[in-house]
Amino acid sequence: MSAEKPRTLFDKIWAHHVVDTLADGTALLYIDRHLVHEVTSPQAFEGLRVAGRPVHRPDATIAVVDHNIATDSSRRTGILDPESRLQVETLEQNVAAFGVPYIPLLDARQGIVHVIGPELGLSLPGMTIVCGDSHTSTHGAMGALAFGIGTSEVEHVLATQTLLQKPAKNMRVTVDGQLPMGCTAKDIVLAIIGKIGTAGGTGHVIEFAGEAIRALDMAGRMTVCNMSIEAGARAGMVAPDQTTFDYVKGRPHAPQGEAFDRAVAWWSTLPSDPGAHFDKEVSLRAEEIVPMVTWGTSPEDVAPITALVPDPDAADDETRRAQLQRMVEYMGLTPGQKLTDLKVDVVFIGSCTNSRIEDIRAAAAIAKGRHVAEGVRAMVVPGSGLVKQQAEAEGLDRVLVEAGFEWREAGCSMCLGMNPDKLTPGQRSASTSNRNFEGRQGPGGRTHLLSPAMAAAAALAGHLADVRDWQPVGSA
Amino acid sequence: MKPFTTLTGVAAPLPAANVDTDKIIPARFLKTIARTGLGKHLFANMRFNADGSEKPDFVLNQPAYRNAEILIAFENFGCGSSREHAPWALLDFGIRCVIAPDFADIFHNNSFKNGILPVKLPREICEKLMEDAKLGGNARLTVDLERSVVIRPNGEEIPFAIDAFRRHCLLNGLDDIGQTLQHKSAIDGFEARQRAAQPWLYG
Repeated sequence: MSAEKPRTLFDKIWAHHVVDTLADGTALLYIDRHLVHEVTSPQAFEGLRVAGRPVHRPDATIAVVDHNIATDSSRRTGILDPESRLQVETLEQNVAAFGVPYIPLLDARQGIVHVIGPELGLSLPGMTIVCGDSHTSTHGAMGALAFGIGTSEVEHVLATQTLLQKPAKNMRVTVDGQLPMGCTAKDIVLAIIGKIGTAGGTGHVIEFAGEAIRALDMAGRMTVCNMSIEAGARAGMVAPDQTTFDYVKGRPHAPQGEAFDRAVAWWSTLPSDPGAHFDKEVSLRAEEIVPMVTWGTSPEDVAPITALVPDPDAADDETRRAQLQRMVEYMGLTPGQKLTDLKVDVVFIGSCTNSRIEDIRAAAAIAKGRHVAEGVRAMVVPGSGLVKQQAEAEGLDRVLVEAGFEWREAGCSMCLGMNPDKLTPGQRSASTSNRNFEGRQGPGGRTHLLSPAMAAAAALAGHLADVRDWQPVGSA
Repeated sequence: MKPFTTLTGVAAPLPAANVDTDKIIPARFLKTIARTGLGKHLFANMRFNADGSEKPDFVLNQPAYRNAEILIAFENFGCGSSREHAPWALLDFGIRCVIAPDFADIFHNNSFKNGILPVKLPREICEKLMEDAKLGGNARLTVDLERSVVIRPNGEEIPFAIDAFRRHCLLNGLDDIGQTLQHKSAIDGFEARQRAAQPWLYG
């Protein structure tokens, strides 16, 4: 028997899930887990109803509300906005009619779909995972193939548990070395996007590799994979290893006992083989990464916190110059201004990028014994009810509240401007979310993306700040 | 889905790269349970002032482009979220074809599912088409999917590449789900094998 061609992590998971191949090479790909939320599913269920089709595998499907719910106490007395209420009620009617498991708003397990998947053991290594949300790439941190789909494809998966897909190309981003003090997974991924651009990964699945990625905990890996889509990639992944297996073990929907051992044996075969072919390779040195912040309205417009606002007139071509000019105007910046001189109105710590317990610990460590600057509204929104419980058990909520932060209920909150948590026109935010597009956090809002520790430092300083100048009180 | 065969119409020039889905349809308009009716919110933040009045400079507010059926843009069109509301809004406005140097993957996929043809052409050709489009109603473009060509107002034909399966579905207005269900026995077989090997994925 001849030796098999070395394969990537993506190649292996793909090959395991091909049900059939069409004449032109399009694959019918089996989907192991389908996460459903209220915004991108109503039209899909309606399509099933019209065609008289059932949900093929309710047991592989899970629904939750996260995008347009309130994250304050008002959620207990019903949703005020009539359109949001209709969307949530529609989901509730649909899951009941089609027999889909559902985590309701007031359940302790409710939370952002990309936080609860891994947390509940619903997202496992080796799986194919989809959701009608681009940040489904997050689950790739488990060593899974996870990607966002549109509503027509949501309907397709509900009806058939498959998708028609062309294979993606393989790309590897290697980050070797050790991260310097003050830098986190968020700074790694922002540095990567700054290097390859928002279309740098188009058509590819990115495998994140190297010593600095291996050293990340699962929350950090999720942050990196979460923003793969901001680099244009179809998905991001990290090979499963002992860190992954330790994380999965004992989670409610993970295999238990002997089944867990069998699963680990299979998951251990998934990492890319030595010599596997990548169509594109990029590498970074972790030592060279500094705390990052975006200054423009695309995630690729990112710079070290020590940098200055760029001058559009220094651009190489007219299209870029016009683009920079538009960004500088929209963001209310002056070329040559220090980024650390930008005063912030709002600080948002949350979103599927950075709302896990590790993120909240990082923010609380900086905030402890200090206070939010005058005139700044700072909010911490845990990613799930279980993250919230854990943070409260550790006393992090008290640390944050004493420091002047709002401590909220779980949800997407101010990441995307479709629930009550929004910026008002002209407000500047330091945000741990994933997109700084014009109007993303509310019409006219100005977003700077950064890590939870950097966000906490900005809240305390009242302006964008270098977290290295704001190390925990009492630390050397 | 409405088949796409040949389209002749006015093309609106949108000379920008990275036109993201939050620009195409801001999140506050995603609170709908229908696929239709989103055209009035297409490019809302670029098209309308806060008081709802039109921004006269925006291309789709100019008389020549109010009935545009084709959009010409630059790189990475449709980047950002997976919201299918973006192609729904374009379609509801009347846009059936977007021409750009490249597209974000999910938007590209979503377009085909809704009878919108995304055409990838090199930057320099998009620049020429952008100039054609600036002539408004005086310069209609034709997009012929049957022959896979774009025809400029001067008669020049520009061929474009397109995936054969997607072309077939678009030309015939075919529903993916119906086609996939023809593979039902393959899906059943896959599930039986997977259930035996990885029972933890079931139940």
